[in-house]
Amino acid sequence: MAETSTPETRVWRDELRRRWALASPAMIVITLFSILPLMVMVVYSFLAPGLYGNVIWEFSLRGWAGVFTERDLFDDTLGIAWAHVTILGRSVALALATTALTLVFGLPTAWFIATRHPSTRAFWLFLITIPFWTNLLVRTIAIQEVIRADGTINRILLSMGVIDAPFAMMFTNGAVLLGMSYVFLPLMVLPVYAAIEKFDFRLAEAAYDLHASRLYCLRRVILPLMKPGIVAGSILVFIPALGAYVTPRLMGGGRAMMWGNLIDLQFGQGRNWPLGAALSVVLTLVVAGALVWYVRATAAKGGRDG
Amino acid sequence: MTRTAILAALSACLALPAHAEGRLNIFNFGLYTPPELLEQFSAETGVEVTLTEFAANEEAIARIQAGGHGLDVVVVSAYYIPVYLEQGLLLESRPDQMANFANVAPGFRSVTGDPDRHYTAPWVWGTTGVMVNTARYSGDINTAAIFLDPPDELRGQVNLVPQMNDTIDMTLRYLGAETCTSDREALREARDLLLVAKPHWASVDYPSFEKFVNEDLNASIFWSGAAGRIREANPGFAYGWPATGYMQWTDNAAILADATNVENARLFLDYIMAPENAALISNYTRYGNAITGSEAFMDPGLLDSPELTIPAELVGAAIDQRLCPPEVQELYSRIWTEVMR
Amino acid sequence: MADRRFSVRHLPGVSGIALITFVVLYTPVLILVIYAFNAGPVIGRWEGFSLRWFTAALENAAFRNAARNSLIVASVAGLVATLCATLAALATTRGRRFRGEGGIYLVLNQPLLVPEIVLAVALMILLAQIKQATGYHGLGWLIIAHSTFCIPFAYMPIRARLEGMDLTLETAAMDLYASRFYTFRRVTLPLMAPGVLAGFMLAFVISLDNVVVSTFVKSPGQETLPTYLMGELRRNLSSEIYAISALLLFASVAVVAASWLITRRKP
Repeated sequence: MAETSTPETRVWRDELRRRWALASPAMIVITLFSILPLMVMVVYSFLAPGLYGNVIWEFSLRGWAGVFTERDLFDDTLGIAWAHVTILGRSVALALATTALTLVFGLPTAWFIATRHPSTRAFWLFLITIPFWTNLLVRTIAIQEVIRADGTINRILLSMGVIDAPFAMMFTNGAVLLGMSYVFLPLMVLPVYAAIEKFDFRLAEAAYDLHASRLYCLRRVILPLMKPGIVAGSILVFIPALGAYVTPRLMGGGRAMMWGNLIDLQFGQGRNWPLGAALSVVLTLVVAGALVWYVRATAAKGGRDG
Repeated sequence: MTRTAILAALSACLALPAHAEGRLNIFNFGLYTPPELLEQFSAETGVEVTLTEFAANEEAIARIQAGGHGLDVVVVSAYYIPVYLEQGLLLESRPDQMANFANVAPGFRSVTGDPDRHYTAPWVWGTTGVMVNTARYSGDINTAAIFLDPPDELRGQVNLVPQMNDTIDMTLRYLGAETCTSDREALREARDLLLVAKPHWASVDYPSFEKFVNEDLNASIFWSGAAGRIREANPGFAYGWPATGYMQWTDNAAILADATNVENARLFLDYIMAPENAALISNYTRYGNAITGSEAFMDPGLLDSPELTIPAELVGAAIDQRLCPPEVQELYSRIWTEVMR
Repeated sequence: MADRRFSVRHLPGVSGIALITFVVLYTPVLILVIYAFNAGPVIGRWEGFSLRWFTAALENAAFRNAARNSLIVASVAGLVATLCATLAALATTRGRRFRGEGGIYLVLNQPLLVPEIVLAVALMILLAQIKQATGYHGLGWLIIAHSTFCIPFAYMPIRARLEGMDLTLETAAMDLYASRFYTFRRVTLPLMAPGVLAGFMLAFVISLDNVVVSTFVKSPGQETLPTYLMGELRRNLSSEIYAISALLLFASVAVVAASWLITRRKP
């Protein structure tokens, strides 16, 4: 920036000062109550655990070492913390499966909404928005009602004579997957819909008129145009699914534990705050990595979504 | 609309001072505090009571240690009192000098960890054993095998209540070892057995009673009183005392060292030692209490309910809940962490 | 546009899957709402229509306290977040881009990038220290925590509205020697109002729905509706829980419907 103080630069400098001032309340609130706590978390991950929770203020790498390794209780050999690997693996697998499942159902749904007549489209869109804004806990309670041992599905199957004992669905990985897909589905539908809505159907018509097969048209014209929506939807589902806490806690019954529950455990009964802090930092980094990948993937297309 | 809304919201906010006169914040195990008790206490003293619940002693102390909790009264298992004292978390409130202390039965005037009742007033006492839906499994239920080696009928429907010391103590005794043993071989066996049994558990949780009543879960390590409340809703459930050893415990109310409403907290400790109030707690929780004269106010049939009637041949199998020596307690913690995750 | 011959829009199977999706999405919620009106106490055993569980909930002091806390926190946090977001949107949308704008944008969206459980635990650690040092245990901590993660949600519709806005009207007003403040009050503000309102409603609903951060930040006696519900779930699964869930559901739907109508109205 030029140092000469022509009237024009002075006006611009005032303008800049005004704009920074306008942005500052939001910046201060977020810095103090979202960024600072994360910094504290990073610090805590390098401290020693207290005997009954909290931390002892001395430098220690035990928290970080505990993320993937553990010392055997009895013969003191250092090994891989398979329990953690299992939970982290399950979290990633379940989050990916949730993304896939929501994609399978969300894509046709978004397509369906976008291809309605404009007069009814708003209604369908409204129908998909309602669950999106409905309390996640309430929706988890609702899906739990359907699949529990004494729940709707079992009652129907029992009364129809298909099964003679309740089919146990609660407290399994499947229950967590079902619950998360149910809860996060609208997050997939909305961005995909937004992408399709922008789509000019005449392009497809043109391809079709040029005797492109339906499959070819779908693969070469429609899918590429939907891709930004699919990528955005996948990220929007994957991130909360990876860090999910409420749904796995209710549907998993403390056994089909996910990453978020493992973190919670360390700050509660596990009484290992530094390990919990280190696990939190790792989770945050994975999420940040997924986002960077997303930004790269969309930026590569040269599109700016504004 | 907005201006009045802002004003209304702000004034509502300001009308909630941080430490109003006449407040009391109680920290207790879940499903352990009769709402009527708090309502009556409020009505009689004018103190506004809030209740926060926790699941285990370990969780409670972690929350208190974190600081800034704003709590006044905490309920602590007798064996865990030394941990609180060692950390300097309890106020020496001298319940032994309170007016209603005369009601405390002689056997409860001294508990592990607080021999002279300088810190705690008794809440209730009970046992931890197993609970089984006998409609699903009709075999012997006086055994820890219910959760350590579940019969086929119960596999996948067992819940483990995550109480560290109780679970490991009962496991050690099931294996023929002593509780709090320093024999590493025995501790290793206990860990291995728990890890082998884990796949048969449906959940490791403090489930809502309805999960049992509705038969989503059909067996669990459980507390005598809670088992009684479930049996009343679903008569198929029965409570068993493992012949190799079951837990016997006392829980107690104490005032925290950094409590802000100390006088109200003292009032409350004295209040729960009055017979009619202790009876209220027993009626709700279905546990026995330590207050003589409370029997007159108890629900008929409570004292001879199946869960409170320990078969004569099993009386000797009771294990007093206790804290192990630090190095063994540390091993307990690490075993527990391995089992829990 | 209604070209019936054309088949690309009507891919085979799509409507079927979409309708299944809607059915799957709504059936559990409908079952929950229906059972909220059940006369009997046992979930799943229909004993006739009744409002008794709604009455029971409304007479329940713990529920009323939680509802009051939720409304206070959601409205104040919604207002704080909307105010911060509006100012920030004014700073980042109109006029020339400037150095640091990208940074501001990143900070504003930072709360969205952090997994909720991590933010919750981190706030618990930090606020425990601050609560201890200040001795203040009021609702203020919940409000400021909620305001923080509501800012990005409030920011989105306000920013969108401002970006779609024509600058010429403001320029014209300034050219007519209207003061900057007068222009803002008489021209800019009315034009951006629908976006601000939509932002507030978004923030309000997001705050109203939050479970995880509230669970870790609340002080004794500060149950919000979702944390109260979570606690009750552990205690017992009763028809009353379904009634409370239904009430929360109606509240969210009402807010969404209102904001839907407002944003659909053309300026």
